[in-house]
Amino acid sequence: MLETIWFILWGVLWAVYFLLDGFDLGIGSMLPFFGKNQDDRGEMIRAMGPHWDGNEVWLITAGGVTFAAFPGAYAVMFSALYSPLLIILFGLIFRGVAMEFRHQIHSPGWRGMWDAFLFLGSVIPAVLFGVAFANIFQGIAIDGAGVYRGTLLSLLNPYGLLGGALFLLLFLHHGALWLAAKARGELQSRAGRTAAALWIPLTLAAVAFLVYTWFATKLYDNYLGAPVLWLIPAAAVAALFAARIFTAGKAWWKAWFASGLTIVACTLFGVAGLFPNLLPSSLDPAFSMTAFNSASSPLTLKIMLGVALTMVPIVIVYQAWSYHLFKDHLHDGKNAGY
Amino acid sequence: MLSRLQFAAATMFHFLFVPLTLGLSVLLAILESCYVRTGDEDYKTLTKFFGKLFLINFAIGVVTGITLEFQFGTNWSRYSQYVGDIFGSLLAVEATVAFFLESTFIAVWYLGWNRLSKRAHAAVIWVVALASNMSAFWILVANSWMQNPVGFVMRNGRAEMADFLAVVTQPYAIVTFLHTVAAAFVLSGFFVMGVSAYHILKTAHRPLFKKSFVTAASFTLVFVIFLVAQGHEHGGHVYKYQPAKLAAMESHWVTEKNAPQYFILIPDPKNERNKVEALPIPGFLSFLAAHDFNAEVKGLKDFPPEDRPPVMPVFVAFRAMAFLGFLFLGVCALAWWKRANIEKYPLLLRGIIALIPLPYLACLLGWTVTEVGRQPWLVYGLMRTADGVSPVPAANVLVSLIAFIAVYTLLGVLNFYLIIKFAKQGPDALSGAPAKEAA
Repeated sequence: MLETIWFILWGVLWAVYFLLDGFDLGIGSMLPFFGKNQDDRGEMIRAMGPHWDGNEVWLITAGGVTFAAFPGAYAVMFSALYSPLLIILFGLIFRGVAMEFRHQIHSPGWRGMWDAFLFLGSVIPAVLFGVAFANIFQGIAIDGAGVYRGTLLSLLNPYGLLGGALFLLLFLHHGALWLAAKARGELQSRAGRTAAALWIPLTLAAVAFLVYTWFATKLYDNYLGAPVLWLIPAAAVAALFAARIFTAGKAWWKAWFASGLTIVACTLFGVAGLFPNLLPSSLDPAFSMTAFNSASSPLTLKIMLGVALTMVPIVIVYQAWSYHLFKDHLHDGKNAGY
Repeated sequence: MLSRLQFAAATMFHFLFVPLTLGLSVLLAILESCYVRTGDEDYKTLTKFFGKLFLINFAIGVVTGITLEFQFGTNWSRYSQYVGDIFGSLLAVEATVAFFLESTFIAVWYLGWNRLSKRAHAAVIWVVALASNMSAFWILVANSWMQNPVGFVMRNGRAEMADFLAVVTQPYAIVTFLHTVAAAFVLSGFFVMGVSAYHILKTAHRPLFKKSFVTAASFTLVFVIFLVAQGHEHGGHVYKYQPAKLAAMESHWVTEKNAPQYFILIPDPKNERNKVEALPIPGFLSFLAAHDFNAEVKGLKDFPPEDRPPVMPVFVAFRAMAFLGFLFLGVCALAWWKRANIEKYPLLLRGIIALIPLPYLACLLGWTVTEVGRQPWLVYGLMRTADGVSPVPAANVLVSLIAFIAVYTLLGVLNFYLIIKFAKQGPDALSGAPAKEAA
């Protein structure tokens, strides 16, 4: 029972991370294409300035919870996905540093360099998170001792790449809507048009992923066993259409929330299909790391549950307050810091 | 071996930035509180000026911390599996209790000058300071568990939590936390004193920087006294829980009662003795370790060679660290004594500027004593370091190690370049950046 609760929490934490950092990664990924000049790019970065750091902590928490609640799965997952994970980490390091350093020196060369890092540090993690999760959905070649029997390239299979493309599109769409909600004038209308244009490839990728999942993974087994779960992918589809409708009506915040719901539902769609596996083995189901064979002791799970149920609501309250504090548009001149 | 190097590089690099975050956040909070209480705009300028240096440093501390958390899984998977029940939960608690708070409020602080009342804004930096230091507490509890595992049972082939409170409140964790935080405060105090000294010498902003100098000197003096006194206490805990480490720190080979402390000592690990032993104080080592001149201090020869830490690095690092501690105490006491007209002592001011890097060195030396002194154990007495690594191909680790060193060197150089650049520019640098460029 405890294991099941923690499995759900584990999935929710990843979903929240993608919901929040998704727009940062999306904005970073479109920086060189969408930001036509220095002003545009500055404005794009200001739109995520107050939030990216707090958003990234959800990743740390998701990682920490994997470690604390399912140390067995954490150990195997992270060592099996060694290369992609380290590449993601390097990407995030450069993104974070670029965000803080780019405005420290006023020279075009300096800014250009950090903008390039910001772009790479956003687009690479966005794609690789998709690749990693798609590979987890379809199973990874781990043997009975938890040793990975593949290479980095074997992770870049068609299903993995489709997962990467889907994540990137989800985040781009999400980021464009965030900009549309935050910016004003020409940048805002352009962001709105971009979100509308991205919606078509995003929907195609989502449909392709849902269909391919049927053939490439065993995720649907759980859905056939418990039909109530179909509500999750149904919510993803409904939210995706809602996002398009709100975009057409220029209701940017509503559109952004709908896009966020799409991301959450997509993540939970995969997580619900995985249960009870955290990391299925493609070699032999007996080697899979599950919520039951890799969990911590009941005592640790109980203590952690107490901590999570007290602290996470508090975190949500003060993060919501911080979003509220910075909710105004970018041009009110109040963001005078450094 | 490669994983060990990689982890050492990642931790040391992380630890190069974190102490300044821990201490400077508190100093910023003090400066801003002075502003709120007195209404003196100088304190606001100082808060903003040191705040800018703080932020540059903060970014690197954060991103290098993420890497560390994930390295347990990528490079130390066997270890993670073995101790995740305890160690993993401490890291997760750190993230939810402290790190969220710190990361969210730091952004509120530096972008929120015009959005919050004076008092609320000062309260925000206190939250950041508190959260950073809470964060350090949880991390050091986790580290102390590796040094002195308590509150667990061996079950299912791994260490499982038996008593959470015992893990969190064990004395070893408390003294380590106090020692590390006091060291971080001293480092930050010297940083602020050094930067202030530079500007006092330059005269343009002399009255302004005398204020930060006095604040920092008082702050540092309190914590350097505490640090030296408490460092002694810390040694007592090492004596109790990690006798092999203590023996290596003192290059003490033969178990004896009434063990002397030598002022001059050159170890000769190959022949399991010391080449030179001179100027002894009889019984003083026993006294320092156990508050009893007749206490027995275990020698290295009592441990099988495979259970001994490398003597040379631990011994040298410990002596150098202790020496630096006393040096900081002396310089700080002098600076505090002369604080009222410190501009009349240019030599002292120059010395303080030159001293800025030394607390960094002392922190790294302290880290060396703690972590190298723990070897060959990963978890003291439970798991050897060699048994903790991941089954990942050596080539992958090598490539990532090289990448880490390259990236970290680049970031380290840039970080210190920017900090020095802005530190030298002084408060004029603040108006240089138009408000619009805040990001």
